[in-house]
Amino acid sequence: MRNVTAILRRELAGYFFTPVAYVFLVIFLWLAGWFTLFLGQLYERRQADLEPFFTFVPWLYLFLLPAIAMRLWSEERRNGTIELLMTLPVSIGQAVTGKFLAAWLFAGCALVLTLPLVITVNYLGDPDNGVILAGYLGAFLMAGGYLAIGACISSVTKNQVIAFVLAVVACLLLMLAGFKPVMDLVPERWAIVTEALAAIGLLTHFESISKGVVDLRDVLYFLTLIAFCLFANAVILEQKKAD
Amino acid sequence: MIEIKNLSKRFGSFVAVDDVSFQVGRGEVLGFLGPNGAGKSTTMKMATGFLAPSSGEVRICGLDMLGDPMRAKEKIGYVPEGAPAYPDMTPQEFLEFVGSVRGLAGDAKRARVEEVMKLVHLESHRHRPIEKLSKGFKRRVGLAQAILHDPEVLIMDEPTDGLDPNQKHEVRKLIKSMAPNKAIVLSTHILEEVKAVCTRVIIVNRGKIVFDGTPADFEARAPRGTSEPAMDVVFRSLTTSDAAKA
Ligand SMILES: Nc1ncnc2c1ncn2[C@@H]1O[C@H](COP(=O)(O)OP(=O)(O)OP(=O)(O)O)[C@@H](O)[C@H]1O
Ligand SMILES: [Mg+2]
Repeated sequence: MRNVTAILRRELAGYFFTPVAYVFLVIFLWLAGWFTLFLGQLYERRQADLEPFFTFVPWLYLFLLPAIAMRLWSEERRNGTIELLMTLPVSIGQAVTGKFLAAWLFAGCALVLTLPLVITVNYLGDPDNGVILAGYLGAFLMAGGYLAIGACISSVTKNQVIAFVLAVVACLLLMLAGFKPVMDLVPERWAIVTEALAAIGLLTHFESISKGVVDLRDVLYFLTLIAFCLFANAVILEQKKAD
Repeated sequence: MIEIKNLSKRFGSFVAVDDVSFQVGRGEVLGFLGPNGAGKSTTMKMATGFLAPSSGEVRICGLDMLGDPMRAKEKIGYVPEGAPAYPDMTPQEFLEFVGSVRGLAGDAKRARVEEVMKLVHLESHRHRPIEKLSKGFKRRVGLAQAILHDPEVLIMDEPTDGLDPNQKHEVRKLIKSMAPNKAIVLSTHILEEVKAVCTRVIIVNRGKIVFDGTPADFEARAPRGTSEPAMDVVFRSLTTSDAAKA
């Protein structure tokens, strides 16, 4: 636990030492606001909720979160600090957990900073704050899923650009598996395929949570995804930490 | 306190370290020498638990590095080749991070970081990001990190590389002052360094140990009447004649 905290704190501070954090926060908040207020026509729709925000968030995350995750292990390899970290009395599991939690916490901070949107809709109308809260929970869980995928991929290469591109592709595939237009492409008699895609697809689970129905199965889906990716991350590191 | 038994490392079909065995006890300073690519760093990476050996055994203070890596690693201070450190941190932050992972906390941690910074003359640069430090100062950060928890075993891969003559002298003095209570292994390409600090020399060539003895034995192997420093001659004869045979 002590090791996890130490690594988490170092990593989190690392985000704020470098411009990454500020660039990320500014872009995230600006796009989130823009999507919600203008593209989502918050005013014109005359309906005070954050539905447009939660519709756009998966797409926003698709590009922004791999950028946060790509440095987690790639940078460690490039600097050679992986040798230092792995010869300290820290287990691979602790290092993987600490780093992931730092990135997740950071993504959580970015979400918290979108609170003015909640205040705005509450000022404009009378939204169902329970649904909004569920949406935030879904978004946070989804961020964890994306980051875990990104962290795992960043442990494969010291090249951050490759890590970024691969992570975007992986997240996109997982997302598209549950995306309605894609599911509609599957012929109707292959209902099994559609169901399977929906089960692994990230969007399906996110959407059902963000509608305000917090089903344990959807929560478990994200937690399983995170656990699986972090496990793979640890295995990859164990196998090829020195390459 | 360091026991290396029949240690080998293969990368594909290439044998980087070939059946290396040696032991280092308390009070010994072992100079690990050899030409580029001889397998010095690879051996150290296995000794510190970073690389898994292809075969063989590493024991640190009796603890098996493969069986009980966490406890074995607690006993070691390690300066990897090039002394890597997080570039965006300052020496102070970096040392405090390593201190936390090493189990130090609060005032004890702060005091120890302070003490170590004094030892390696880092105080003046404590708040400058490591990426902006000169090579010599980076090396000192690496050294400070390794001795922070006063380890029983100290393993250093070219610790004086990139230091100015004054700093080299300081670091050698520091190593000598710590030597009585520790088992120390250091690799170097500077043969005088061996005479200055080491109590024992191992020369590796192509992954194999070709010499193991005291610096005096080592020097005594030189033929009389050469104008070159004796150690250079011996080093060359040990590491090139063997290569020619192979
Ligand atoms: N990850 C790796 N994959 C393949 N070969 C490797 C790997 N690491 C090291 N080697 C090879 O193993 C050999 C020994 O390398 P090592 O770094 O141990 O040499 P060294 O004695 O430390 O040399 P130097 O004095 O240049 O530091 C070299 O030929 C190197 O190319
Ligand atoms: Mg080396």
